[in-house]
Amino acid sequence: MSRSSQPKPKKVLIPLYGDDVAPRFDMATEAMITFGGETREHREEKIVVLPQSSPEKLCHLVVTEGIDVVICSGIEEEYYQYLTWKRVQVFDSVIGPRKAVLERFYQGVLQSGDILY
Amino acid sequence: MLKTLQRSQIKGLFSSPIDLRLLIDEVPVGIVVLDTDRRIVLLNRVLEALTGFSQDEAAGVPCHQILRSKICIKDCPAVHMHAESEPACVESDLINRDRMLVPIRINMAALKDSDGNLVGYLETIEDLRSIREFDAKISQAYSFAHLIGRSPQMEKIFQILPVLAQSDSSVLITGETGTGKDMVAEALHQASSRAKAPFVKVNCGALPATLLESELFGYQKGAFTGAVENKLGRFRMAHNGTLYLTEIGDLPLSLQVKLLTFFDDQIVYPLGSTKGFQANVRVVAATHRNLEQMVREGRFREDLLFRLNVVRVHLPPLREREGDARLLLDHFLNILTGQFGKNIKGFSKKTLGILIDYRYPGNVRELRNIIEYAVNICPDGQILPHHLPAYLTEPAQWVQDTDADDKQMLHSVHPGLNRGKSMETEQTWSVMERKMIMDALVKSGGHRGKTAELLRWGRSTLWRKMKQYEIN
Repeated sequence: MSRSSQPKPKKVLIPLYGDDVAPRFDMATEAMITFGGETREHREEKIVVLPQSSPEKLCHLVVTEGIDVVICSGIEEEYYQYLTWKRVQVFDSVIGPRKAVLERFYQGVLQSGDILY
Repeated sequence: MLKTLQRSQIKGLFSSPIDLRLLIDEVPVGIVVLDTDRRIVLLNRVLEALTGFSQDEAAGVPCHQILRSKICIKDCPAVHMHAESEPACVESDLINRDRMLVPIRINMAALKDSDGNLVGYLETIEDLRSIREFDAKISQAYSFAHLIGRSPQMEKIFQILPVLAQSDSSVLITGETGTGKDMVAEALHQASSRAKAPFVKVNCGALPATLLESELFGYQKGAFTGAVENKLGRFRMAHNGTLYLTEIGDLPLSLQVKLLTFFDDQIVYPLGSTKGFQANVRVVAATHRNLEQMVREGRFREDLLFRLNVVRVHLPPLREREGDARLLLDHFLNILTGQFGKNIKGFSKKTLGILIDYRYPGNVRELRNIIEYAVNICPDGQILPHHLPAYLTEPAQWVQDTDADDKQMLHSVHPGLNRGKSMETEQTWSVMERKMIMDALVKSGGHRGKTAELLRWGRSTLWRKMKQYEIN
């Protein structure tokens, strides 16, 4: 009973540029996918390397991986609308190191436009 | 914030320190100052507006995270830059906070201290959206504003119009009725830097000379009986904008002189006033008349023609625009079916043949009206010949009716033989001749002698022809 009432843990994707959130969604060649618990110990992370930067392929990855949340920085309206239409929650214009951004997200205080430097 | 302000003080340039931020805020291109780690020190108001990030948000953040330009990620010019490097200029794009992809030109230069050491970078960022839109307008030469066309004649005009719009020269638009002179004039205004100011249209042929003068130049209170208050003329109303003088060929000679003086000094003197008004007005004129011919006949001033004719745009009649009739037919059909909420799928082959062969003396306006009529009449499906206005199909119908027996006979003898071309011409001439007689009869008020004179026929010929065509 209690297990079924618990919300499903969210699967998060962050396009990366080094250790930071990639400045542009369409230029990212790496993305981190996290899923599992809210604490770092219970969380699983994997890095996906894309053969080349492509916003379409990244969107496809989001859909096929069943991602619930995308945290990114610059994203074109077209892709933002596509993802939200696919019921993916998008936090855009988020600037900062991926770890700080992720912590803030799991604390439930992350907002679009946050700058964590 | 205080720290940033203190850092951006410039001393020694003037008697008291000035704030660099206030200085760069006045520059109309985006400016960003970076430190040696390529973190943002300062950015001006233009760049704040362009990126959507404020100075407070951006200070200390790596430039690529704020500028979000493609070049930042691929090959940042600052990476290879040292104190002796020449400035670099690259074209790229950025994604701003509104999720818009904006084309930009980045100019990056190294900043050195008095000892020649690299202390940071100065980037200027130009927004290229307006230039790109302008380029697109030139290259997309199949339309301008609401004008469309695919013919080489129109393509040339579409290429030249955006360029003309940017200049301030007087434009003379010529062309037959219905070719789109008014639309070109308005489109020129809308695409010009005067777009936010008024576009005032005056029809020079619609008013008598005296009224037109007060309409154009205005009058002073008490200038004549009935002038109970000051009236602003159209020239004054169009101040900073465009004055469109349509049917300029119908402008009376007395007013042509007054217009000429305006072209010379750009000052408008309202009727009864000694005080002039300096009007900053671009004049666009249009006419369907042959002004050169009018000049030869002494009906139009040559000097005024020279002043108007700085740039001439001649709009070709529809019959000379190869292939445009078909394009316009489909264009108007799409628009009008949408407007009237009709489910019309297109034209039948026969209808299309009639419409394409027609010469459209009223040009695009006539074509539009024909389609509007057909869309109104046609319930749904395809537009058939009987949905077209009668004057398009009536002569053909008449020929068909009178010639029905002959046609039937021809088909029975030679099943593959169509109605002869010569016969068609002959019948068309009969229609024309009958119309000529009718017109002459109307002109002469039904008087047969005068009708014969008008037609330069003898009375007996007229009598014979009238009998032939059953005109009573």
